[in-house]
Amino acid sequence: MSLLELDGVKVHFPVKKGILFDRTVGHVYAVDGVSLKVEAGQTYGLVGESGCGKTTLGRGVLRLVDITDGEVVFDGTDLAKLPEEEMRRYRRRLQMVFQDPLGSLNPRQNIESILSEGMAAHGIGKDQDERREKIKEILAKVGLPTNALSRYPHEFSGGQRQRIGIARALVLEPDVIICDEPVSALDVSVQAQVINLLEELQESLGLTYLVIAHDLAVVRHISDVIGVMYLGSLVEEAPSDALYAGPKHPYTKALMSAVPVPDPEVEDRRERILLQGDLPSPANPPAGCRFHTRCPWAQDKCAVERPVLTDVGDGHKVACHFAAEIEAGELELTRPTGIEAVVSTEAVASQEAEVEDAAPEPASKVPAQAPAPKGEDAEHEAPADEDGAPATDGDAAAAESADADADGDPSESGADADAPEPDASAKKAGRTA
Amino acid sequence: MTKKADKVDRLAELMQTSESTSGASLWREAMRRLRASKMAIIGAVIIALFVVLAIVGPWIAPFSPSAQTWRGEVFANKGEFVGARSGNWFGLDHLGRDMFSRILVGARQTLMVGVVSMLIGLIVGALVGVLSGAAATLGGRTGQRIDTVVMRFTDIMLSLPSLLLAVSIAAVMGQSLTTVMIAVGVVQIPIFARLLRGSMLVQGSSDYVLAAKALGIRKKRIVLTQILPNSLSPVIVQATLSLATAIIEAAALSYLGLGNPDPAIPEWGVMLAQAERFFDNEPMMAAYPAIGIIITALGFTLLGEAMREALDPKLRG
Ligand SMILES: Nc1ncnc2c1ncn2[C@@H]1O[C@H](COP(=O)(O)OP(=O)(O)OP(=O)(O)O)[C@@H](O)[C@H]1O
Ligand code: SF4
Ligand SMILES: [Mg+2]
Repeated sequence: MSLLELDGVKVHFPVKKGILFDRTVGHVYAVDGVSLKVEAGQTYGLVGESGCGKTTLGRGVLRLVDITDGEVVFDGTDLAKLPEEEMRRYRRRLQMVFQDPLGSLNPRQNIESILSEGMAAHGIGKDQDERREKIKEILAKVGLPTNALSRYPHEFSGGQRQRIGIARALVLEPDVIICDEPVSALDVSVQAQVINLLEELQESLGLTYLVIAHDLAVVRHISDVIGVMYLGSLVEEAPSDALYAGPKHPYTKALMSAVPVPDPEVEDRRERILLQGDLPSPANPPAGCRFHTRCPWAQDKCAVERPVLTDVGDGHKVACHFAAEIEAGELELTRPTGIEAVVSTEAVASQEAEVEDAAPEPASKVPAQAPAPKGEDAEHEAPADEDGAPATDGDAAAAESADADADGDPSESGADADAPEPDASAKKAGRTA
Repeated sequence: MTKKADKVDRLAELMQTSESTSGASLWREAMRRLRASKMAIIGAVIIALFVVLAIVGPWIAPFSPSAQTWRGEVFANKGEFVGARSGNWFGLDHLGRDMFSRILVGARQTLMVGVVSMLIGLIVGALVGVLSGAAATLGGRTGQRIDTVVMRFTDIMLSLPSLLLAVSIAAVMGQSLTTVMIAVGVVQIPIFARLLRGSMLVQGSSDYVLAAKALGIRKKRIVLTQILPNSLSPVIVQATLSLATAIIEAAALSYLGLGNPDPAIPEWGVMLAQAERFFDNEPMMAAYPAIGIIITALGFTLLGEAMREALDPKLRG
């Protein structure tokens, strides 16, 4: 039995309106039926573009948001049904590391107070002296000086703050740590350090991780299993290597296109899909396959019937009606893959997603955008478009530079963490060409 | 986008100032910035002078504020007044009383009106705000309901013109200084309540509160030790600012004839009200209390605004 098992977890946020008393007028289907298993001592990487519900899922596991439906079974207990006080006690064993290291630390508490508060809440340590000893031990583990105790969060650098966040989780001796984009707010130079720290801690303390990230590069090396999320549900799940070797879901293929491969030859040959259109609003998700409004292979069936996540062998699971046909190359494209026209990666898409969320474009407009990008998209894509510089050129160059980085860094995560960069340099290359 | 970006900008700025001031807590940092602000210093000096005046005024006043010593020299009905002269530096009022002494003694009453009304607004408003904020953050459906009801009530209070509200209260309670203080204080209640509750909601949805929940800290404790202390700065700023409005509003109520009817105890607002009848012949009788009110209100406003700036991470630099 797995240490943490999610079964059909749904988190729907009510959308409220009203003059005197609020009425529920609809729902945001942030997480809409996710089932996954996290094995003890392993790392489950959860990826997907901004707004797909990763954070909400992570918070749902800890019951920081209300779970609408489904089970979260931790060590044999369904957390979703626990009374509040019991859930509170379970939180000692399930901890969280937040995306925004500064925002998640109370500015008016010093480090000792921040770290001992959780211990006090769970009755760890007889008195403050005993707790302080324990805290010092953990501080050393995460690579912070002991004199940090009496200082305040704003006196530390971004990387150090995230170490404080990690220490705060560790003092409770948890079994599972949910890391919600643990490095995305950090400088590229310290991202690798923090990822490495997480790995070391996992080895020495036998921790189980659920790591959330918006690009594959960050989770790639530390994850045993990777789940790809799209609009509230999993579209593909596979052991890390298998997913990289052969992504089967069209959405995963598109995500992969955004990650440069350090080998220029492979880079040139590999299949590239660049997504058209915007992420549909989770308040009004498309019927059938959630991805059919953007999928290059979408068929009639896709708009009607929702595919379920099915095992296609060796623990590789895909939620696509036509995964096998696409794999065999038997399916005609119903939409351009957008390689020639567009330079757009998840990194850009994720930055834009919030703006786009506000006014999602109707799905019907999406295909029309492919030949001649309009409006918002055009701004980003114009350089590559105008002078007709093939996107691959810029990307390949970027991939090389990423490769060069990797050479200098034995951990490689440093180069991976660079993932958003190649896009920027690709654009630059396009402009100067 | 804007909200998130704003937040990040804020944090970014927060980080920048912190580099140079390691070891200082946020409050100490705010104090440092306050001391460096001209606005704060001018405001603080005015307030200090006013407070000193309020304390020692009755002792240093050269004459009794209520004795009509020069009654025979002033013929208010005929428009004959005695202006500033040696001995009576601010002249005499319509009953032949020394204006300078009345201003000195009146400072205490005016300060008291301001402070007491502000405290009424602050204490009741903060209690209502904490109740509402805590209910909203802590508690499920019932909490939300309590919060909604309380806030709709404050909305109604806020939507009434404050002077109208104060006049209605004063009309019900009759003419006295207590009436003025209560009326002015009640008007401030919804402001403090909304402010504290809003501030608590902002803090309540912040990441560090989420982190505290994730740690397994009890909700009540989170409200008391995390949310509340971080929600107070706008309230403190508002308290300072509302001392100014309280003094002005109290003067307005006195002017409308709802103030202290006892002529023996001078108060700037009442003095201003009494001077109105004689404004054509002796404008200075109105000018002294009016200037006093304006300068003190200015002092509190300057300090309040300076505090707002010092406490707002967005404006750091
Ligand atoms: N409390 C809430 N009330 C209503 N909607 C919410 C709430 N929290 C999140 N959402 C919505 O749910 C969807 C999923 O949000 P979530 O934060 O889980 O996405 P994410 O994958 O973590 O994205 P990001 O990469 O931006 O962190 C978004 O559309 C978001 O607007
Ligand atoms: S089910 Fe259809 S729309 Fe969905 S991913 Fe597969 S082919 Fe594309
Ligand atoms: Mg997130």
